[in-house]
Amino acid sequence: MTALQHTTHSPIAHLTEDDIENLGAELDAIRDQVIGSRGERDATYIRTVIAAQRRLELASRAVLLFSLFPPAWLIGTAGLSVSKIIENMEIGHNVMHGQWDWMRDPEIHSTTWEWDNAAPSDMWKHSHNELHHTYTNVLGKDHDLGYGIMRVDEDQPWSPFLLAQPLTNFINACLFQYGIAFYDLEVGKYLKGRVDKDDFVRRGRAVLAKIRRQATRDYLLHPLLSGPSALTTLTANLTANLVRNLWTHAVIMCGHFPEGVQTYTKTSIEGESHAQWYLRQMLGSANISGSPAMHFMTGNLSFQIEHHLYPDLPSNRYKEIAPKVQEVFERYGLTYTTGSLPRQVASAWGKIIRLSLPNNFVKSLTERLTAEPSAVSGATPRSSRAAA
Amino acid sequence: MAVITPRTRPARPVRSALSRLAERLATPLLPADYLDVIDPLLSGTRLRGRIVAIHPEARDAVTLVIQPGAGWRPHTPGQYLRLGVEVDGVRQWRCYSITSRLDRPDQCVSVTVKAIPGGLVSNYLVRRATVGTIVHLGLAAGDFVLGGVTGGAPAKVLFLTAGSGITPVMGILRNLDLEPDCDIVVVHSAPSAADVIFGGELRMLANRGRIRLIEIHTAVDGRLDIDDLGALVGDLAERHTWACGPAGLLDAVEKMWAEAGLADHLHTERFRPSLVALGDGGTVKFSSSAVSVEAGGSRSLLDTGEAAGVLMPSGCRMGVCFGCVAPLRRGAVRDLRTGAVTTAAEGDGVVIQTCISAAAGDCDIEL
Repeated sequence: MTALQHTTHSPIAHLTEDDIENLGAELDAIRDQVIGSRGERDATYIRTVIAAQRRLELASRAVLLFSLFPPAWLIGTAGLSVSKIIENMEIGHNVMHGQWDWMRDPEIHSTTWEWDNAAPSDMWKHSHNELHHTYTNVLGKDHDLGYGIMRVDEDQPWSPFLLAQPLTNFINACLFQYGIAFYDLEVGKYLKGRVDKDDFVRRGRAVLAKIRRQATRDYLLHPLLSGPSALTTLTANLTANLVRNLWTHAVIMCGHFPEGVQTYTKTSIEGESHAQWYLRQMLGSANISGSPAMHFMTGNLSFQIEHHLYPDLPSNRYKEIAPKVQEVFERYGLTYTTGSLPRQVASAWGKIIRLSLPNNFVKSLTERLTAEPSAVSGATPRSSRAAA
Repeated sequence: MAVITPRTRPARPVRSALSRLAERLATPLLPADYLDVIDPLLSGTRLRGRIVAIHPEARDAVTLVIQPGAGWRPHTPGQYLRLGVEVDGVRQWRCYSITSRLDRPDQCVSVTVKAIPGGLVSNYLVRRATVGTIVHLGLAAGDFVLGGVTGGAPAKVLFLTAGSGITPVMGILRNLDLEPDCDIVVVHSAPSAADVIFGGELRMLANRGRIRLIEIHTAVDGRLDIDDLGALVGDLAERHTWACGPAGLLDAVEKMWAEAGLADHLHTERFRPSLVALGDGGTVKFSSSAVSVEAGGSRSLLDTGEAAGVLMPSGCRMGVCFGCVAPLRRGAVRDLRTGAVTTAAEGDGVVIQTCISAAAGDCDIEL
């Protein structure tokens, strides 16, 4: 992808300013309908999910007390993996978005929730809710675009270091929870001297303290409780955390990295209206199609477009409004980017691999090999920044 | 010289070590979160109760018998409790007077609720709550109690009540065996005989000579004129009076007792704030939630915050229970009942009751 302003065929060229404002009003109406009908059904949903997840976790950890027996290891690890995924995705992510704040339940509230993840919730809320959801896909502003370590857009500059990004991405996937924690710490910003040192140290300590508590629980106390099964419980917990990391990483890559998703330049969002913000979210996100179980396990982030339009609506409502949102896309001649999980994961990985090389590297290489030497200068990668 | 050594170690070190271990096993959640999955009444840190019986009491009024969970402490007759329920998925808190006997063998407490027209919680409790419903509780509180005035109950007492104002008084009357020598007059107003909550029980106490009961049926007799009270009761000045009812009644009573120089003989319980302040308003910032809203001068900060999606602690919503107090970092608020203005600057440590305070200019609330 390339920043929307640099593409030759803009996907929004056919829309007038009035069209965009009308589109915004239609999306507001969908939101109002959900807010007006929020109630007991939704409250029962999240309470049921939370209770079920905690039961599953308790049961899995109980089974793992006997993890020396391979079937117990298998069942316990599978249960704990699923439990951790639900806790991070459908519960943690969504509660911290304030999707359930309207219930006024202090135990299910964005200001009090802490999740089973290395990243402390307050730091995550800042970098995710404030930065990523406000500046979605704005180059130089939304650090979720490659998390500051990868190049996922033609308009991000290339450097030889990025040749390793397929490997970087794989390592990040395996250690995703730590990746998020260090990303939320804004280490890069600190190294550039743009973060107050005391503040950075304080937050660094908070991250380390949380990592220590999490690790003590999973890698020390629960194994010790298992007695003779200590070692196998340790491997079970390591596996469950790895599975959760790989799954969440895959789902999150599918949200904004697949082909077809648009990015934006910094200047393009100056003076942006709410309707224009909606439009940016619509074209900057991609959905995943699949079964209800798949949607649930992604924390309904498979409805990434709906989530980005309405980050604070209860997650159980995304699938209900998806057809209405899709219908708005169609009427306004916009592309609703979606695909199956394997297809979207492959698409995102394809881009990571392609952009580890300079723009048009393969094309220019083939041209270099087939053309006369004099033609080579015309095939250098286009510098879209200069063009802008 | 007596030396008091502060006890630095917890009373039961084994138990505290166990609870620390449980906390480390449960992190980032709390052990209570897992206990809740087993039974919501187990955890003492989150006080809850289960409705175990619902008795119709009068027209539109029911008595709820609640089994309190771990952490409950016995009340003093006349006190109220905070009751939180989920109405349409949203947690709502109200205060209700406890009407049960202290010596119930099942340790349950009861509250009596009258459905107010348009009342969100009262209508839910009267018409929709079922046996088995889990409710959230606050510990018993309030100083509308017989003891504590002169060290014990006074010899002569007047209870002056109207409508559901009878409930805290019933909580006291049912535990009268604690005060066997007390001479009691009850003056109670209700639209008709059928509307008197606990009518049968009150009349029975009167028939047995335990209390003198004066019922005023306002639909027939008209409203009680406070000036007639002396004629009705007789020895008014000799009695300590506990009054509970609508603001109009209490305002009149307070005025009359003050004029008679008997203010120290009067104890009142207000159910709703009477609004007198209509004024400025301003920008209210809920700093911890990063929310700023424009608020009118006649709307409580609690309502303003809730409407803006801030997690507002709340309770009785009438200025009684202090379940809603929050630090006012800076700015000015006006008490909706008295019109008194409270101002705060950073570091003053001023806390305000959000349910009876409105913005009197810009203010910053630490929530």
